[in-house]
Amino acid sequence: MAYERKIGDTILSVDQISLAFGGVKALSNISFSVNQHEVFAIIGPNGAGKSSMLNCINGFYHPQEGTITFKGNTRRHVRPSEAAREGIARTFQNIALFKGMTTLDNIMTGRNTKMHKNIFWQALRFGPAEKEEMEHREVVERVIDFLEIEAIRKTPVGTLPYGLQKRVELGRALAAEPDLLLLDEPMAGMNLEEKQDMCRFILDVNDEFGTTIVLIEHDMGVVMDISDRVVVLDYGKKLADGTPDEVRSNQAVIDAYLGVAHDDAEE
Amino acid sequence: MSGEKPAIGSVDTFPKLLLENARRYGERPSIREKDLGIWQAWNWSDVKGEIAEMAAGLKSYGFERGDSLAIVGDNRPQLYWAMTAAQALGGTPVPMYQDAVADEMQYVLEHAEACFAIVEDQEQTDKLLEVMDKCPKLKEIVFKDSRGMRHYDQSYVRSLDSLMEAGRKYLADNPGWFEAETQKGVGTDIAIMLYTSGTTGRPKGVMLSFDNLIITAKNGAEWDDLTEKDEVLAYLPMAWVGDNIFSYSQSYVSGFCVSCPESSDTVTSDLKEIGPTYFFAPPRVFENILTQVSIRMEDASWINRKLYAYFMDFALSVGPDILDGKPVSFGDRILYAIGEFLVYGPLKNELGFSRFRLAYTAGEAIGPDIFDFFRSMGVNVKQLYGSTEASVFICMQKNGDVKPDTVGVPATGVELRIADDGEVHFRGPGTFVAYFKNDEATRETKDDEGWVMTGDAGFFDADGHLKIIDRAKDVGKLNNGTMFAPKYIENKLKFFPFITEAVAFGNERDYAAAFINIDLEAVGNWAERRGLAYSGYTDLAMRSEVYDLITDCVNKVNADLADDDALSGSQISRFLILHKLLDADDGELTRTRKVRRNTVADRYGELIDALYSGVDVCPVEAAVTFEDGRKGTIKADVKIREAIVVNSQQAQAVE
Repeated sequence: MAYERKIGDTILSVDQISLAFGGVKALSNISFSVNQHEVFAIIGPNGAGKSSMLNCINGFYHPQEGTITFKGNTRRHVRPSEAAREGIARTFQNIALFKGMTTLDNIMTGRNTKMHKNIFWQALRFGPAEKEEMEHREVVERVIDFLEIEAIRKTPVGTLPYGLQKRVELGRALAAEPDLLLLDEPMAGMNLEEKQDMCRFILDVNDEFGTTIVLIEHDMGVVMDISDRVVVLDYGKKLADGTPDEVRSNQAVIDAYLGVAHDDAEE
Repeated sequence: MSGEKPAIGSVDTFPKLLLENARRYGERPSIREKDLGIWQAWNWSDVKGEIAEMAAGLKSYGFERGDSLAIVGDNRPQLYWAMTAAQALGGTPVPMYQDAVADEMQYVLEHAEACFAIVEDQEQTDKLLEVMDKCPKLKEIVFKDSRGMRHYDQSYVRSLDSLMEAGRKYLADNPGWFEAETQKGVGTDIAIMLYTSGTTGRPKGVMLSFDNLIITAKNGAEWDDLTEKDEVLAYLPMAWVGDNIFSYSQSYVSGFCVSCPESSDTVTSDLKEIGPTYFFAPPRVFENILTQVSIRMEDASWINRKLYAYFMDFALSVGPDILDGKPVSFGDRILYAIGEFLVYGPLKNELGFSRFRLAYTAGEAIGPDIFDFFRSMGVNVKQLYGSTEASVFICMQKNGDVKPDTVGVPATGVELRIADDGEVHFRGPGTFVAYFKNDEATRETKDDEGWVMTGDAGFFDADGHLKIIDRAKDVGKLNNGTMFAPKYIENKLKFFPFITEAVAFGNERDYAAAFINIDLEAVGNWAERRGLAYSGYTDLAMRSEVYDLITDCVNKVNADLADDDALSGSQISRFLILHKLLDADDGELTRTRKVRRNTVADRYGELIDALYSGVDVCPVEAAVTFEDGRKGTIKADVKIREAIVVNSQQAQAVE
């Protein structure tokens, strides 16, 4: 990028998080922090604890030890719905959309935390509820416009190709107008062109809306290209943390990860 | 209405027509665009205001009389307004093909000496910036869509919003300026410059005057009784003369509303929502629609399939006659009405054709089956013959006098003659002024008396309808002396839904042969139904089952050609299915998707040699260019097949 982006203060800090499922230690003593407007990547081999880390951040898993501070609120246990209300949105590794619903309706569900009229008003869809729906619809339409998915607005998502479903899922997360966007392997299973599109969208989201992004990705080329900083996990432990260049030249990382997953690195 | 110019009075330019329309149709919608899922409309008064601001904005940015304004993007209201704004300032708008790569754009920008450009978005801005240092005259780029543009800090890259803002300020300081400025233009001024994609050589800038466009548009509107109540969907490239006539000139002349689709991917659903009354599409669009309908009907329920088959069959027998107002028995009319209720009506509604009063197709020959399919269900598809040099209309079909294999009778005010070598020449109100900076080409095309050589070979049939066979220069001879009209053969091949493109060879050869591109959708569907797995175009095209399928098609074409005295000797002896689709990005097709014969012949020389030698298989490697400019190669072993050449009696008699 030729221009300088404005990286702000810390928006999220993870402090000495440990998570275990029975005897399996998924994460042990992980700490890192993410600054406002950053694109921050979590990398590591399969089973390194990347998805667990995201799940801790948005409250899906409750770590046994450690705290997470988001926008100044320090906490250990948080419910996913609270995290969503605080401004954290995410996408999933295995697409989690409502397959029978249209693109529009799916993205509309992203507005759920912002709807204030109760279910009876919404069911009647009259007066204030109608006005509210129109406001939400406008946000949703801006997202559709942004992601260039006008043509599939009324298509049930189950019938869409994989790459487009991923884009719809990103749309649903964006509809929540998050401050922090968690992307779990946004480019898995995509072809080169779809990956390029997705990179473009991620950078545009970051740039246009100033959204902080934490993403997990296997494609090293992508990670090194679009991330400001990278944290490397291996077997639940943090190996390194820094700019892509620093991480690339870190001996521990080369030994443990880049060296092993040679094929990935070449992509 | 013969050769004489109809008076267009003092309202002889588009800016003047704009003022007139704002007065006449002030509250009627002029243009619509779907934005954020909702159709937004601007009435003629709004449009006048927007254009006045845009013109004032351009003026305050330093646009002078005589300057050229490049316009690049999809069909957007603001881009159409930019044309009028430039015209009001005495400048020349130069709309450009939005999917052209930067190099192609550079040629046009440079040649047209464009000093300003109004573009749709970041993608187009990037392309222009890439070639800007090679276009010394270009000094200002104005973008409409500000997404992704915030880090462009060049002083000469500015947003349309800021231009409009400057315009508002200028208008506030200079009330009445816009009205005064529009009065400076006259009908003989150059209204627009359109670059023809050209099947050979570099594009040429065709200069059309206000008189050319306005008189032609008016004649066309009178021919088909267009009024301000008509509706058009503007979805074809703005750089193409057809779009300029149908979506711009005729809208100004008749006052009807033009709708811009949300994006190029949503045209079909936008068509359905808008329900236009007046429509233009090249034959391939109608072909695609028919292919889609056929494919979807195969998946329909048993009862729907039966109903469809019965009523479409019936419609073919009486539908065209009903449309042409010919006598049809009462019983048939009743049955047709039932069919309309059960099949044609719902189908037309599904396609967005319900309100069609008329639809034109041109550019290529349309398959008689396709033509009859649409006409039989009451869609008034007609053909016309036109060119950029004629401001479109040369020949048109009249309501009630429509044939699938001709292009109709001369349009109002147009004179036609057939030269000794069979080439069609025309002269009329739309005849272009000249090619920009290319007197030699102008002299080669247009003679002193105003006759323009079309380069097409054709003849008049018994009813005075013009029939076009091929490009005059492409008509050749086989070594045995038979006339060889490649386009004629290719069109016959392309009438099969399985074949999307064909290139025939045979001039100065012993026999005719052809390259074929299969239609991925139609053949793919056919293959799926037979449980044939394939990974993509190349794989599918190489299948022997697919070769069998295409062999049948070629054999049928041969049987058809055998019936024609003059052409029976040019039946296709050998053919092959190309391992990649011919593509405009590789220079094999023009941007309007016509085959560039010479390029194809150069690129696939070894395959042509293989067609004329005894081999069955030819290994090839082809370079492909992706839309983002990256290059790659496709490797394949292309098989060559023999087709059955029918030895008709006539063919033997010739020998």
